[in-house]
Amino acid sequence: MSMEEKQNSQTSLDFNQNIFKPSSRDEIVEIVKNCYRKNIPLEINGLKSKNKIGRNFQSEKTLDLSEYKGIIDYKPEELYIKVKAGTSLKEIVEELDKNNQQLAFEPNDFGYLFSGESNSGSIGGVVSCNFAGSRRFKVGSVRDHILGFQGINGKGETIKSGGTVVKNVTGYDLSKLISGSFGTLTILTELSIKVLPKPETSKTLIIKNPHLKKALDYLRKGLSSSTDPSGGVFYPDYFGENFVLNDLTHDGGLTAIRIEGPINSVDQRISRLSKELGLIDQELSILDNEQSNIFWSKTKNLEVFKSLKSNLLRIVVPISDTLQVIQKFKNYEIKYFIDWGGSLIWSSFDQLNTKILNEIKDIVKNHHGYITLIKVEEDLKASADIFTIDPIKYKISEKIKRSFDPKRIFNPGKMYTGI
Amino acid sequence: MSSLQMPKVDNAIMSKKDKIASDLRGFINSKNVLSNVDELRPFETDGLTAYRQMPLLVVMPETAEEVSQILKYCNENKIKVVPRGAGTGLSGGSMPLEDCVLIAMGKFNKIIEIDYENRCVVTQPCVTNLAITHAVQDKGFYYAPDPSSQIACSIGGNVAENSGGVHSLKYGATTNNLLGIEVVLMDGTITRFGGKVMDAEGYDFLGLMTGSEGLLGVITEVTVKILKAPEVVKAALVGFPSIEDAGNCVAQIIAEGCIPAGMEIMDKALTKATNDYSKAGYPTDAEAMMIIEFDGTEHEVEAYIQKAKEIAEKNNSSSLKISKSNEERLKFWAGRKAAFPACGVLAPDYMCMDGSIPRGKLAEVLNEISRLSKKYKLPVANAFHAGDGNLHPLIMFDANDKESLRKCEEFGADILKYCVKVGGALTGEHGVGIEKRELMCEAFNDKDIQQQLTIKVALDPNSLLNPGKVYPILRKCAEEGRVHVHGGKTKFPDIPRF
Repeated sequence: MSMEEKQNSQTSLDFNQNIFKPSSRDEIVEIVKNCYRKNIPLEINGLKSKNKIGRNFQSEKTLDLSEYKGIIDYKPEELYIKVKAGTSLKEIVEELDKNNQQLAFEPNDFGYLFSGESNSGSIGGVVSCNFAGSRRFKVGSVRDHILGFQGINGKGETIKSGGTVVKNVTGYDLSKLISGSFGTLTILTELSIKVLPKPETSKTLIIKNPHLKKALDYLRKGLSSSTDPSGGVFYPDYFGENFVLNDLTHDGGLTAIRIEGPINSVDQRISRLSKELGLIDQELSILDNEQSNIFWSKTKNLEVFKSLKSNLLRIVVPISDTLQVIQKFKNYEIKYFIDWGGSLIWSSFDQLNTKILNEIKDIVKNHHGYITLIKVEEDLKASADIFTIDPIKYKISEKIKRSFDPKRIFNPGKMYTGI
Repeated sequence: MSSLQMPKVDNAIMSKKDKIASDLRGFINSKNVLSNVDELRPFETDGLTAYRQMPLLVVMPETAEEVSQILKYCNENKIKVVPRGAGTGLSGGSMPLEDCVLIAMGKFNKIIEIDYENRCVVTQPCVTNLAITHAVQDKGFYYAPDPSSQIACSIGGNVAENSGGVHSLKYGATTNNLLGIEVVLMDGTITRFGGKVMDAEGYDFLGLMTGSEGLLGVITEVTVKILKAPEVVKAALVGFPSIEDAGNCVAQIIAEGCIPAGMEIMDKALTKATNDYSKAGYPTDAEAMMIIEFDGTEHEVEAYIQKAKEIAEKNNSSSLKISKSNEERLKFWAGRKAAFPACGVLAPDYMCMDGSIPRGKLAEVLNEISRLSKKYKLPVANAFHAGDGNLHPLIMFDANDKESLRKCEEFGADILKYCVKVGGALTGEHGVGIEKRELMCEAFNDKDIQQQLTIKVALDPNSLLNPGKVYPILRKCAEEGRVHVHGGKTKFPDIPRF
């Protein structure tokens, strides 16, 4: 018996199937070792809530991690939860709810955009994409909450980095590197994630205002004040109708700033903030805890783009440049809203082709920002770069990719050609 | 030097010292290349003063282009390079090698831009941590991470070590407050990771570089975010009859959802030492003394302080004082901040250890430390960033007595191994450097370390940038359990040294 046959004979898995659905780490290791040996590229999936983001690529087999799930260890008093990577975000959130804790980074729920209903995906997918919600500027991104991980590299070796304590970086901080790597470096198996107590209450100051320039001014002042906001968004007029809430006394465009903390302090900070912004009663509404949560949940879920067929871009620029960037978009038919206190522009374009896309990319680049194609038509997706990268970083990325996945079998080409 | 093994000295390089110096003078200002023994002396050690080594040469570049040229030259000529910021590091990360060119970044000492609109500061790497806050405080802003050496440590060094500080519980360490860097790789490539925007897409090289202890690149520019200073800051000084009570109090405060800006515990030995030294007025009868600080708006701070007070009382606090003024609050901290010099009075030398543990294991770990203290017959005092589980035992010893240093090293290693055993980590915020290098095998197996080394090789194929740091010299350690190097003899002289 040849060595290869010998190894195959130990396999309980049928390698003729096209979709692997392992439920143990041993199975994942076996699959990867086999694929490594035979140069078989794998598409890695969790709950497929975000698998349409990224480039199309050729893969012979699919590794579906949705059955590799479960909470391994949850220590509320130590503020961490350790889970298998295929665990749904929903299950984690429900577990944390029992202890009045949360994932502070509020990951986007892309389900509404891609399938019309909620699907916040698996935790492995959330980490692999690193898309953080409205609290980003205050608490950090997904990557800032990953304490440690275990994964399988492209040779089928189990590796780990970090741990379960907050300060745990010994050696290179690989938890950062795997966050936002779109499954191209390792297959995540376990994740230890920092959890935080939910704030006692949350309230949102909503300012009636359809003007971008003024909105950005409110957001800038709000975020630079000592009232410590944890969210700042602007929705133009055309999105106003999406927010029908009891305490919202006006319709149309709105700027919203969220304040969280102990009840007394939230009230005090809200009233201070409205004073600092020079607001009069007629132009503001205050959402109580429940409605505030609904509002931010809609934002997190990108619900205003629920029926959007395609052409959604995620654009991040320095706050100082947001106004100019949007003004430069005036030649296109767009609908957008602004998150992250002014820095993140979620923008849909009525028309998008390679030429327009390149123009947009140039604008964003000139303003020191970056752009990610979230939902675009298939023909454009086939020809355009989903992520942008310069040649130096491409070279480094290639080396890093090779150090984890020497034969390029994990999601090859999902981020960039050749990586 | 004690039992420390460093990468093999390249005698060919040693013999070419004059030529290398003259080559370097060809592309950087000749007065910025130091080669005389007297000029090199100040660079022989960093904050880990028990270890000293003169470098071959010191260069003091003034621009990123010069750094690039130096690295390119050294890479082509296989010359080892050690980068150095302010030299305050406590794990020996910038200790020179005998055959290295030490890049002293001291001339990168200017703040480039203060950008209030984007709430960030762009600075050269050798600006001190505190200078950033000083530059923006007139507008009511500050830079949050505050390592205890903030008056002297450089921001570039902070990035290299991922420094934390008293307030990292609430505000995170350097990695969470960093927006971008400009970095020069060993082959001379100058590139930027991140910038003024958050979460630059692609692989998170900014995160990878942060805490990489000068092994992956030389940082030439740093962009950090700045925060609006809190309106009110209040602290409580609480005494506890036992370490267990203090530990439980910490866990409950966190579990209740109050995240203090800082939460510090000192044991009785340290409380006494600091009281004698700084007359801080701490309760000396308490077995553990805790400072809890909250910041925010008035109502917020008031609400949290009340909650913390209730929890402390439930956990048998023996005394509790809340600061009535900023002066009083600073007085609470004065003792804690004088903890290190206070130990300096008690013994000729002290070694500050740095480990990280789950909050709930505090009492267990402190009991083990006191057992080890008896075993090694070396006194120890403990300071603890309790909120995030970062322990700083201060082991007192006499560096002139080789046996004392050896015992101190073993004592320290035993503490750190215990930290790992209870689910913690080898480093909290000081880095691995040379100090904890051989202990990496306690936390990682061979595959884990191999993966990290592959990344190193990808960016620095000849392993010339800060070699001998972070990773065990003897990579066989995983199989061998524990590595001992006696008298500089090693069984595997030919194993690659990273």
